[in-house]
Amino acid sequence: MIDLLIPAIISCIVAFFIVFFMTPPLIKILEKRNFAVKDMNKKEDIMVVRPGGPVILAGIIASELVLYAFLQMNEILAILITTSAACVIGYVDDRKVMGGWFKPLALAIAAIPIIALGAYDTNLAFPLFGTVQIPALYLILIIFMIPITGNTINSIDVLNGVASGFMVIASFSLSICLFIVQNYEIAIVSLPLGFVSLAFYKYHKVPSKIFPGDSGALTLGAMYGAIAIVGGVEIIAAIALLPAVINSFLFLSSVKRVVEHRQIKGKPVEHTKNFLLKATDDKKAPVTLVRLILAGGPMSEKQVGYAIFKLTVFSGILAVITAFMIGVSL
Amino acid sequence: MKSKLFVFLFAMWGLIIVGGGIIVTILGPISISGFGEFDWFLASVIKAVIAIFLVVIWILILSKIKNWIFKKEIKL
Repeated sequence: MIDLLIPAIISCIVAFFIVFFMTPPLIKILEKRNFAVKDMNKKEDIMVVRPGGPVILAGIIASELVLYAFLQMNEILAILITTSAACVIGYVDDRKVMGGWFKPLALAIAAIPIIALGAYDTNLAFPLFGTVQIPALYLILIIFMIPITGNTINSIDVLNGVASGFMVIASFSLSICLFIVQNYEIAIVSLPLGFVSLAFYKYHKVPSKIFPGDSGALTLGAMYGAIAIVGGVEIIAAIALLPAVINSFLFLSSVKRVVEHRQIKGKPVEHTKNFLLKATDDKKAPVTLVRLILAGGPMSEKQVGYAIFKLTVFSGILAVITAFMIGVSL
Repeated sequence: MKSKLFVFLFAMWGLIIVGGGIIVTILGPISISGFGEFDWFLASVIKAVIAIFLVVIWILILSKIKNWIFKKEIKL
């Protein structure tokens, strides 16, 4: 454990400061190239550059390579390749609008390195009841896990700072859980995800200076999913991600098909005169987490973000409780 | 409103714990013999079918809970 301390500290510093120092130059480059979109939740015509995915990936690659130099684990390579592939997939979607099935299919292919490198264990651990061995079924689970986590984080990237702030809480919760289940090496491998998200949050929070774009959101989500698989904490990871899972579940159960957000006709949220967010009465609009939060009355973008963060902290606590329960058998 | 979301989160967590118990209890002991090298494959297929069935039931129950908790809000 002690011998892991130095690589852990170095990788966390690298992860945080690469994103912290590289994001401002990236913002300038994107501004020069006019890669900007209108921030729909601002009264004035404010343009925000995107995507921040490349800088997030740079932080992840550098920090994980530091860890690989110390630990030389196949699991790190699997996480790196899957995460990089997810970033490329997201970048393609940032530059060119792809169909609703493109991302899930491409992300399923991005999960293959985890299988090819054998960076998984076919035992699925459940709290209180022990483990179940599902050799063939587990391969299907891996193929599904990366598209689910990637698209889940992407679907919650609707307001300034929400995706990155959400990932800070969820990934640190997952790291704590990995320490609790005594999977120390993967716990340390997971730490850069939280630090990369934290550094990016500084520029993504209200008012955003940069959006992560699909490349950023898919990078964060895919890395989270890959860590869950190689760390053998799939159920715990799903629990820490519950607010985003709820968002996807509400969306899919109201739309009843896999569809890109931009293809949805009804608007779930609109603005009041003083530009607060409020839920619409539009029957065609999908039910989303933000819409349910706003059902109680109009709120500012910042308030909605904090409401989502509170839910994420709650699910993080449930994940930690679950991690303690993994070691208990009925 | 926000408290209902916490209740829904908690309900989902409870369903995951209970669902996990059912999966371990039902899927865990399944083993097939008498088909030689296909034993593990057949056992996997049976486990997969049961798991998918359980997931569908899980989603249906979750959907009912969602409609019950958010009955006012979903009619927005």
